[in-house]
Amino acid sequence: MLILGIETSSTQVSCALGGPDGVLAAAQVNRGQRHAELLSPMIGQVCDAAGVPLASVEAVAVGVGPGLFTGLRVGLATAKAIAFGLGVPAIGVGSLDLLAFPVRFAECRIVAVSDARRSEVFWATYRSGPDGFEMVDAPRVGPPAALRAELEAGSGRRLLVGDGARRYRDVLAGPGSDGADVADVADVAGVEFADAALAQPSAWSLVQVARARALAGGLVAPDDVQPLYLRKPDAEANWVQRPGSGGPGA
Amino acid sequence: MSAVNATRTVLLGIETSCDETAASVVARRPDGSFEVVSSVVSSQIDLHARYGGVVPEVASRAHIERINPVVAEAMREAGLQLGEVDAVAATVGPGLVGSLLVGVSAAKALSLVWGVPFVGVNHLEAHLFAPLLEDPGVAFPLLVLLVSGGHTMLLGMDRPGGYRLLGRTVDDAAGEAFDKVARYLGLGYPGGPVIDRLALEGNPTAIAFPRSMLHDGLDFSFSGLKTSVVNHVRRHPDVAAADVAASFQEAVVDVLVHKARLAAAQLGAAGMSLAGGVAANTRLRARWLAAGEADGRRAHLPSLAYCTDNAAMVAAAGLWRLAEQGPSALDCGVDPNLSLTPAV
Ligand SMILES: [Zn+2]
Repeated sequence: MLILGIETSSTQVSCALGGPDGVLAAAQVNRGQRHAELLSPMIGQVCDAAGVPLASVEAVAVGVGPGLFTGLRVGLATAKAIAFGLGVPAIGVGSLDLLAFPVRFAECRIVAVSDARRSEVFWATYRSGPDGFEMVDAPRVGPPAALRAELEAGSGRRLLVGDGARRYRDVLAGPGSDGADVADVADVAGVEFADAALAQPSAWSLVQVARARALAGGLVAPDDVQPLYLRKPDAEANWVQRPGSGGPGA
Repeated sequence: MSAVNATRTVLLGIETSCDETAASVVARRPDGSFEVVSSVVSSQIDLHARYGGVVPEVASRAHIERINPVVAEAMREAGLQLGEVDAVAATVGPGLVGSLLVGVSAAKALSLVWGVPFVGVNHLEAHLFAPLLEDPGVAFPLLVLLVSGGHTMLLGMDRPGGYRLLGRTVDDAAGEAFDKVARYLGLGYPGGPVIDRLALEGNPTAIAFPRSMLHDGLDFSFSGLKTSVVNHVRRHPDVAAADVAASFQEAVVDVLVHKARLAAAQLGAAGMSLAGGVAANTRLRARWLAAGEADGRRAHLPSLAYCTDNAAMVAAAGLWRLAEQGPSALDCGVDPNLSLTPAV
């Protein structure tokens, strides 16, 4: 099965073609935040490089977040339209899964942490499983200090991977010199950080994860691919907080 | 490709610049006239009404969910199989950036998949094609009043696609004034239709609201009018809302029609057309016809479906651009502040 993968949930735009023998071709750019400008030409280039016409793609995989809204929008709209236009199924894969995938053989808990902006991070925890790794807790969004508290409560070796882990390295596991929240707290024992080269989820990982899940029956209609936002739109969040508004949650 | 033949070009247009998800198939005949083969609009008004305005993030998320079904319906209504078009166009601006990204990304993807050109369209230019969608006999030069929630401008068109800006609002758009006044009066959202309806029961001469910049060139100003309405209601809390609505609407329409007639005379226009969402206003439409009759110009009133945001106008503008300037590059971006570049 030939799978086209699109992952744009971070500052990186990436695209790959995967087949039974692994990744046929892949491209990525992590500069300039020009998702809308870069993605479509990149898909054409990856197909050309692999010597495979786009029309022969049999399924489209897309990273569904959580991540940066602008990138997600471009990736989801593009992936869904390609699957729809070709008349092939699609599959959505969580972007934190894609951060954990390259380090799945680490013999410890893996915490995928991406930069959610607004001084927050998205994170999820993984452990070794039958397919190399499996999610322990569902993805969450919150301040780095909340994740630090979780790390302090845990024990053993933990490997943190992702641009959120790198940006908030000191807040998450350092001696706490960075903020009042964590002042005078000792280094968090057992926490290690993965390489900077693995800081963004990639389409390279996506086509491999998607292939395994597709073979396990994970393909769906393009319309059934759902983004994982984790955050409500601002106005909706305000609505919910307004007392007596009669709105949802009121 | 059965539906596509050498005598005409068939294009799929996509519009997602604000809170309508729309797709349309339009054909351009060899003589340059247009045939709307299908036009589908999925409005999000229901999603935004409780916020009293369009919430960008809510709009973007809804576009993502709706774009494929809307395109599928437009293709189905046109009797076309997937891929049976000669090109795909989408609005690249102006508009809400997150919303624009959805339509442009989808259009580029379909152009890649189907191996046909992609055309980026200016939303304002698209509005100018509305009069041409139903009436191949539009006489030029044509004066167009483009009036919506985001824009109020007077344009002179010498030919399809060839236009120049004659006047524009210096502050609020006319549609914005309707929304703000409706919100102040507690009438709900969107303001245009509710004020239109309420004004039918009111006296348009009850309150003498100011006609801003009436004798001051072809530009408009509506923020002072909105302030006058607020001040009047504060001073007269018992005033009938219907009279306020009717008098406010009359003040807006007076200025719009007065300046349009002035511009049409300057242009030596053969005809005058409305475009944009406010063109749905019943009072403006009636006064527009009367003005055309009084001045001996043909007054065009495009169907409401082509005045409010739709993809048929985007497809028509895309067909014209494709014929005149060729396809757009796939690495083009969106521009939330794209302006109308005069192309006479
Ligand atoms: Zn518009």
